[in-house]
Amino acid sequence: MIAIVDLDVGNFANVQKALGGVVTRDPDEIDRADRIVLPGVGNFGAAAEKLEPLREVISSSVEEGKPFLGICLGLQLLFEGSSESAGRGLGILPGRVEKLPENISPHIGWNEVDFDGRFQLFSSEKPRPYFYFVHSYYIQPAGKEMVVGETCCELDGEEFRFPAAVRRGDVYGVQFHPEKSTGNGLKLLERFKEL
Amino acid sequence: MLAKRVIAALDIKDGRVVKGVNFVNIRDAGDPVELARRYEEEGIDELVFLDITASYEKRRTLIDLVKRISRELFIPFTVGGGVSSVGEMRDLVRNGADKVFVNTAAVENPDLVREGAEVIGSSNLVVAIDGKREGKRWQVYTHGGRKARDLSAREWGRRVEELGAGEILLTSMKADGTKDGFDIELTEAMAEAVGIPVIASGGAGGPEHFYDAYVAGASAALAASIFHYREYEVGEVKEYLYDRGINVRREK
Repeated sequence: MIAIVDLDVGNFANVQKALGGVVTRDPDEIDRADRIVLPGVGNFGAAAEKLEPLREVISSSVEEGKPFLGICLGLQLLFEGSSESAGRGLGILPGRVEKLPENISPHIGWNEVDFDGRFQLFSSEKPRPYFYFVHSYYIQPAGKEMVVGETCCELDGEEFRFPAAVRRGDVYGVQFHPEKSTGNGLKLLERFKEL
Repeated sequence: MLAKRVIAALDIKDGRVVKGVNFVNIRDAGDPVELARRYEEEGIDELVFLDITASYEKRRTLIDLVKRISRELFIPFTVGGGVSSVGEMRDLVRNGADKVFVNTAAVENPDLVREGAEVIGSSNLVVAIDGKREGKRWQVYTHGGRKARDLSAREWGRRVEELGAGEILLTSMKADGTKDGFDIELTEAMAEAVGIPVIASGGAGGPEHFYDAYVAGASAALAASIFHYREYEVGEVKEYLYDRGINVRREK
């Protein structure tokens, strides 16, 4: 069973439709699940507060090696903190969340992602598949080795590349919204079920 | 690189699509979900639902629609039409809308933009601006274009950006419905005035009009009738743009 963690902002009917599972904020249910998805929209601090009662069960599940997928704000919450607002992230991954440079914020729309092809979750027949993004903050992981997907925007005539996907062990996070990325996104979610 | 977006707009009344559609192989031409699904298959990048219901039942039917769309579709969509409080914005997002747009209520009460951005997030809040040329400036109109305001569209755009709007949905009242192309001067003026994405709206008659809008600085361009009446398929518009060097998402 997959637990889709509900932080009370946004609606994850289509995540649930793609993955099955239950939308929940019950620690026991999350504990019983064999996989966890943390979707999220809105403000980092507000979400971090809602996440507080679930910190322990999420951290211990991840330690056990349960596959975990953070989506958008759910990815950002894996890190330690954000310049968006005070509040403690899960700290499962080292690093912070910062505001995108002004000229490319908010980053809204479909962008190509360069994935590290070694990971099954991100395998695609397309060289650089498109995914839908909507965010103003981006992750700055403490180590480059966990970045397994990057996207790119034009900033003052230069390429500005930033992380779109991270992975450490069975913990995955994506800045884009697979549940809003039609075929490419559905395939990714489908593969998460098979991890 | 971030692709330029092609957006389809649907006018909704009492939960049904208002403009007639002549899609073949569609069971219910007035059903927004059926139409939206067709657009998703054609490769549309985003959908905008404008609710023009005036009745007392408005809020409930819109929420029901948002729920249905979010269960059935796997592409982003924006809803609006008479949204006037942060509570409504929150309800729409909580029920599955990716973005919400406000128009008249934001002009009446600019704080709504700031408060809305704090609650649903800046990047999920769109401010719709209807503009029309008056002498040297573009004047803002509200109430579905019926009421002229003493406000310049460019200044209003800058102001809502400061207040936290994530995007501007810019409709030219002169161009709307003409199919003669987007209002390029207005699009250019707004894109230059603000740093947030501008969605050009009103006047789309063919793929060349989309091209002009992107060249003028729009991040996205929106059309209704050319897609409804199948004068063009989304893919045709994108092929035209791709051939002319515009970065679009051609996969479906």
